[in-house]
Amino acid sequence: MSENKMKDVTYRSPDERLAEKKSKYTPKYIFLNGVLFENPALRLVLGTCPLLAVTISAKSSLFMGLAVLFVLTASEAIISLLRNVIPNKVRIPAFITIIATFVTIVQMLISAYFPALNESLGIYIPLIVVNCILLARAETFASKQKVLPSILDGFSMGTGFTLALLLMGSIREILGCGTFFDMKLPLFGSVFEPMMFFMLPPGGFFVFGICICLVQMIMKKQEKHSSGKGTSPCGTSSPSDCLSCAGCNLCKGKEE
Amino acid sequence: MSKEFLIIIFSAILVDNFVLSKFMGICSFLGVSKNLKTAMGMSGAVVCVMLVASAITWPIQHFLLNPLKLGYLQTLVFILVIAALVQMIEMIMKKSMPPLHKALGIYLPLITTNCAVLGVTILNINQNYTFAESMVNALGAGIGFTLSLFLFSGVRSRIDKADVPEALKGLPITLISASLVAVSFLGFKGLVENLFGG
Repeated sequence: MSENKMKDVTYRSPDERLAEKKSKYTPKYIFLNGVLFENPALRLVLGTCPLLAVTISAKSSLFMGLAVLFVLTASEAIISLLRNVIPNKVRIPAFITIIATFVTIVQMLISAYFPALNESLGIYIPLIVVNCILLARAETFASKQKVLPSILDGFSMGTGFTLALLLMGSIREILGCGTFFDMKLPLFGSVFEPMMFFMLPPGGFFVFGICICLVQMIMKKQEKHSSGKGTSPCGTSSPSDCLSCAGCNLCKGKEE
Repeated sequence: MSKEFLIIIFSAILVDNFVLSKFMGICSFLGVSKNLKTAMGMSGAVVCVMLVASAITWPIQHFLLNPLKLGYLQTLVFILVIAALVQMIEMIMKKSMPPLHKALGIYLPLITTNCAVLGVTILNINQNYTFAESMVNALGAGIGFTLSLFLFSGVRSRIDKADVPEALKGLPITLISASLVAVSFLGFKGLVENLFGG
């Protein structure tokens, strides 16, 4: 008993501490990490292309989010299963092939069952392939972790992305159209004039900027309370640094 | 005939600018627009890859995938072609054009994940463009990308010197100024109809 206590107090080297941190990948931690701390859209600022393009209505953002959620979970599961089979040198093309396969499945399902949605999301569905979130998660998580944590990671990252999309889609639809999920909102009354600006491309940039600003403010407050560690997968501390390289670890791997 | 080309190129550059109204290539748009030199390097590489990728994917779609009824493999094939192409261009440049490789080399690996390149090749097919039209569209998209990067790097160098509120520092103010640049591009709406009576 006392021996155990002694062990706890002893000094631990940085390596040991790192190992301890890694074993911290509990289900709860992974989930919160995906949805909050490392929210792919608002904290890591990955996948901005669909984020800005499809958020003109809450409905299309929700479906886009679900599509990404599915592709992310499925591809992380497969990549994690194959992590010992894929040779290190060709891992990026292999990841892209796996991701593209699932994107194709989603594309076919949507065009078969939701033709109207296919029209509104259009080219942004095949463009999920080049979404930085997928490659970044494949590189940093799925290619190193076991299957179940990878599935959970894909699910929570996807959920985080969906929530961010939904937030932006709701703001833009409510302010730009006066509706929410195509329903007329009574709360503004008849005097309310929808602001077209929010439906147009510039509105997307604007709302995204404001959202990131708010999240940064909240996170700063949080970090003051507990010396938080919200580092991006690049190892850079601020999300804007991460932006400078699309696909984060792709280029990091090149440099090494 | 030439009128159609002009319509395509004008709408790709100004009206439906790839970055500011289709949101393609935002990652590199925000990432490399910090100074003019890197912005131009990146745009040069993107224009090269867009043109070559369009020239290769169009025949693949029309002479390989369509006759074999493999249209659903479009996404998979195109992204792999682009990834291989980028690698090949890098090798060719390194061997035969060292100065150009020095200037554009570091941007090439990033282009695979640039959605503008995949976007333009898929759009060419979706819009039923002929081969010549898709090449013109790719050129227009590339020039549009270059133009927006060029303009925005100027804006950003001004932001660096400006006194920005603490909360907006970094990415938020960049996005909001991108929004203002996009507003200015809204002014080109209707340009094509007025010029060509379309």
